[in-house]
Amino acid sequence: MSTPLKQIHLAAHFPGVNNTTVWSDPDSGSHIDFDSFVHFAETAERAKFDFLFLAEGLRLREQAGEIYDLDVVGRPDTFTVLAALAGVTTHVGLTGTINSTFNEPYEVARQFASLDHLSAGRAAWNVVTSWDAFTGENFRRGGFLPREQRYARAKEFLATAHELFDSWHGDEIAADPDSGTFLRTARAGAFAHHGEQFDIQGRFNVPRSPQGRPVIFQAGDSEEGREFAAAEADAIFSRHDTLEAGQAFYRDVKGRLARHGRTPDQLLILPAATFALADTDAEARELAHGIRLKQVSGQTALRHLEHVWNTDLSGYDPEGPLPDIDPVPGEHTLAQGRSTTRHHRDPREIARELRERAEAKNLSIRELVIDITARQTFIGSAETIAATINDLVQRDAADGFILAPHVSPGGLDTFAAQVVPLLQERGVFRDEYEGTTLREHLGLAHPDA
Amino acid sequence: MSDTPPLHLAVALDGAGWHPAAWREQGARPGELFTARYWVDLVREAEAGLLDFATFEDALSLQSSRLEGPDDRTDQVRGRLDAVLTAARVAPLTRHLGLVPTAVVTHTEPFHLSKAIATLDHVSKGRAGVRVRISARPQEYGHFGRRTLAPLTLGELQSPEGQSIVSALFDEAADHVEVLRRLWDSWEDDAEIRDAATGRFVDRDKLHYIDFEGPHFAVKGPSITPRPPQGQPLVTSLAHQTIPYRLVARSADVGYVTPRSAEDARAIVEEIRTERAAAGRADEPLHVFGDLVVLVDEEEGRAAERLAALDALAGEPCASDAEIFAGTPAALADLLTDWQAAGLTGFRLRPAVLGHDLRGITRGLVPELQRRGAFRTAYTATTLRGHLGLDAHPANRYATA
Repeated sequence: MSTPLKQIHLAAHFPGVNNTTVWSDPDSGSHIDFDSFVHFAETAERAKFDFLFLAEGLRLREQAGEIYDLDVVGRPDTFTVLAALAGVTTHVGLTGTINSTFNEPYEVARQFASLDHLSAGRAAWNVVTSWDAFTGENFRRGGFLPREQRYARAKEFLATAHELFDSWHGDEIAADPDSGTFLRTARAGAFAHHGEQFDIQGRFNVPRSPQGRPVIFQAGDSEEGREFAAAEADAIFSRHDTLEAGQAFYRDVKGRLARHGRTPDQLLILPAATFALADTDAEARELAHGIRLKQVSGQTALRHLEHVWNTDLSGYDPEGPLPDIDPVPGEHTLAQGRSTTRHHRDPREIARELRERAEAKNLSIRELVIDITARQTFIGSAETIAATINDLVQRDAADGFILAPHVSPGGLDTFAAQVVPLLQERGVFRDEYEGTTLREHLGLAHPDA
Repeated sequence: MSDTPPLHLAVALDGAGWHPAAWREQGARPGELFTARYWVDLVREAEAGLLDFATFEDALSLQSSRLEGPDDRTDQVRGRLDAVLTAARVAPLTRHLGLVPTAVVTHTEPFHLSKAIATLDHVSKGRAGVRVRISARPQEYGHFGRRTLAPLTLGELQSPEGQSIVSALFDEAADHVEVLRRLWDSWEDDAEIRDAATGRFVDRDKLHYIDFEGPHFAVKGPSITPRPPQGQPLVTSLAHQTIPYRLVARSADVGYVTPRSAEDARAIVEEIRTERAAAGRADEPLHVFGDLVVLVDEEEGRAAERLAALDALAGEPCASDAEIFAGTPAALADLLTDWQAAGLTGFRLRPAVLGHDLRGITRGLVPELQRRGAFRTAYTATTLRGHLGLDAHPANRYATA
């Protein structure tokens, strides 16, 4: 008897503020107009994707004290766009990144519970943390959170939100006009949380939502991030670009679940990936190369290296060799507002490694940055990409992928039209939605079950 | 036809309606209050009636008949969805109606609210506003745990100490609105340039730090969300006395007030206009809307009967901060015209039973006003500011060119 084929989970990340988005492409549209989001969501739903995903930013990025202007700048509010998209879609899940540092559990819990009601059970929360004073300058509380406390706050934030979600059990509303009983119990929504990070009590004012709680996502590759996900999350985002690395991560994270009293099917592993799809593999390789050149201009490459060197490199030729000067160490970083620029090692050591890598492969600055910023990318014909994705999933390098097209809003269209039908033919991706809630799409049990 | 400017009409949406027993009346759909379909049906009805906008009530605590804490009642609607998200949910399914959710500014971050309302404006293509509300309910402070407020009865709120607390909360709200407005202007309209030749997506000279610093908070900016289609979405506020009138005068585009008579309306409008002038904004348009709880039926006496029946169900007469009207569309039209003559520019009607009285407005009152030439017969603008005759795209305070 053969093992049944694993079913693939697919999601789509709306392209925006990052250097993978090729805004100069003639097909690139607005990152703000709601019509762009509608187009993207309709494509994802037509392709029967599990969910679409929106990131979040709480301060415009800066470099050397100026607003960083080489990437897409600006984005709409995550909750508001997701709620509006709930009005023009019926099945696709709606996942938003919401920061646990610059929000309060009561308001975030009621926003997610509301989104879950308003979408009839399609809400998901990607819990992220932040601690920096730079972002904090936009908020009342400022940048108060010591870095080492961020997971402590995130964990308690999530636990508190769960207490709020669970403060309504689902059977409170009688709404019986004849007897005049609206609530069956006077204590609906009662909660009390007395902890290190939050000391709150009272009544939660959103009744239990269709999914009970939103689906919880967590990104992060660190030890703390993996452990947090194993304990709390329904899905984890990761970024591993080889079969072996994916399998190692998969084994590691799934192996942690038992310690938390959970089974491997209770946490999905969904790496982020991008793709270059063309009629033939050769054309796709050419397309992919062209995309990379557009993603990493000479200016972008220099700016990227400045994250390590922490000094102005604008005098260097991006097509030339790496800077021969040493990086400037120190607390103050040239680039602000990017999680990826926070190095926890000596930058001189990182620079040495980069120089060795460039010399070994004979790379210019720009080629080196193209090399080091490469991420999981599916390159090939529809047939090749379908086979690759399926192989990675069947061999337990992932449970599915979150695809980030490099063009918005139409970047998903060809994938939906060409790759998805091939996965469906192989019997590894749904032809129709079987359920209506995101939990059902992901094969996750309802928390009340 | 008179020279009177056209009347503006808004509807206030809350639960099953504004009468505590509304949910028990036929057609109230109390089991659907937490579904999108319920809200979509309401806003579609409001739009069919050509209303200027709908407001969505909200609070950061469970509804209670007591200011100072939960009342543990089980015979009234309890629980509500986030108003901004509800407004966003219905936005793509409407085309003209303005959408004005309530936001509690005492406990929320102005940066978050600014981008949420800017985004509501983007998703509705220029129909967003916000009603800012302060929180004087101690239970809401307990939900956040960041500050405290001693329990106060309504009477204690009127004492000098109570008034000084209220005054501080409204000052903070004024700062909050100032931050919203600065953030909406922090992107100039043409900041996004997509200049492939220089590799620049934005012209950073057209993005502005707002550098707001006040006693309660400081916000750096710029916004993360580009300037909304209306430039400045509508800011509205409900006011019952001098301190909140001042917020309306200083910060709002529309103030809702609760006069008990035409004479009362005249005095309130005069006080607000005086405050407006004192704030140096006398020449900037400001709408003052009268709030009314309404029961509307064509049949003479029917609305009063329904009110009596609802009061009987509730076990006590309906009490409201606003005047309660029960009568025919013609009588309501008479009252509105009368109060309009006292200086109000529009009304925010609070249907006693949404499932019944919203239609009383859209299908009874509106045609009656139209017959009198006092209300639009078609939408002539596409944005909320346009409906209200406000500058369709106000100048950006930071733009130099």
